Amino acid sequence: MRITQGTFSYLPDFTYEQIREQVQYCLDNDWPVSIEYTDDPHPRNVYWEMWGLPMFEAKDAAAVMLEVNGCRKAHPHLYVRISGYDRRLGRQTTAISFLVQRPPHEPGFRLARQEGADRQIRYTTLSYATDRPSGERYGPDRT
Amino acid sequence: MSEAPVTDADLVVDLDAAIRETPVNEALDELERDLIGLAPVKQRVREIAGLLMLGKLRERAGLQAERPTLHMSFTGQPGTGKTTVAMRMAKILHLLGYVRKGHLVVATRDDLVGQYVGHTAPKTKEVVKRAMGGVLFIDEAYYLYRPENERDYGQEAIEMLLQVMENHRDDLVVILAGYGDRMETFFRSNPGFHSRIAHHLEFPNYSPDELMTIAEGFVRQQEYSFDDASRAAFSEYIARRITQPHFANARSVRNAIDRAKLRQASRLLKQGGQVPVSELRRLDAADIRQSRVFREE
Repeated sequence: MRITQGTFSYLPDFTYEQIREQVQYCLDNDWPVSIEYTDDPHPRNVYWEMWGLPMFEAKDAAAVMLEVNGCRKAHPHLYVRISGYDRRLGRQTTAISFLVQRPPHEPGFRLARQEGADRQIRYTTLSYATDRPSGERYGPDRT
Repeated sequence: MSEAPVTDADLVVDLDAAIRETPVNEALDELERDLIGLAPVKQRVREIAGLLMLGKLRERAGLQAERPTLHMSFTGQPGTGKTTVAMRMAKILHLLGYVRKGHLVVATRDDLVGQYVGHTAPKTKEVVKRAMGGVLFIDEAYYLYRPENERDYGQEAIEMLLQVMENHRDDLVVILAGYGDRMETFFRSNPGFHSRIAHHLEFPNYSPDELMTIAEGFVRQQEYSFDDASRAAFSEYIARRITQPHFANARSVRNAIDRAKLRQASRLLKQGGQVPVSELRRLDAADIRQSRVFREE
């Protein structure tokens, strides 16, 4: 199941050049860019691992792409996203966040039902990937 | 310049129009106007700009136009305008489209070399990342190399820089700067740098007349003025100062004026009473002649 999260998620995956241009757009707007990765793609998991600090001083997308490539190389089977933070007073929020890498095989989510009192049902989603411990969820042998 | 591609080899390229309309003219004229002296440097900058402009024309005409190596070295005595020219250079390269942003990042050994094992690479990388899309200006580059200590981390920074200069040629331009003779030894012991640098620019010392013009410029810029006596005093000051050790060209001139301003302020305050506004501008000959330079006989 292809995960759709963040900006552009219904578009085909971006090429290197397209990512570079999006990053440059962020930098031109003075949004510091940060790179994050995770092996737990649950939509409510907002705390992904940081790949280095946000790049407050980068002016050109080439610097960010250097790190994007570094992160993809170190974690070739995980989700990697780029986010740009708009720090202007009155906004102060993530302005853009998009996936730049996804695992080759995404097992998707299971819907779990919990019976409560008075025949109430509570629903939740669980990622099949997170059945395994962290570090063993995605990889060449998990296809 | 029209953006239409000119592909036919028989087509004529209008050089005059290209020269007239290139955005870099203004920057070059500014360089000519704002910087005093430095004739050989200006000449070289013009030549480089010309080469790059022609490269762009060739590209548009469909000829092979490989991106030339743009890394440079600026050598010269202190205070000869290396940083200032580097800033202009960044702007010129940006106008010609050879760097994407055109900002200048100044770094010295402290910014590049770490203090313990494994500290240098991230530090250098950080600076390089900051400079991407612009120009990385490494002041006093020879401090990176300390031959007396073979475990010095400077070597690591040098290796990273060499790699960046090769692999990220499209992303940033590196300018190494420093005093002439020490840069010479630096290049001799690091031949990798020498071969990766396309342009070696030598900054000559200023002549006393040029220094005087620079001084007049500083004074005017800060809304002070010389009178005839103080002008004579200052030109005498320059003549004496040049022969003394630690003379740093334009920087020494600026410092001398700053000290003269200091003496002027204390002179006026001591004098008290009512003074015309013109007195607040005027530097007196005494303000200059009190300098240490005149005392040493």
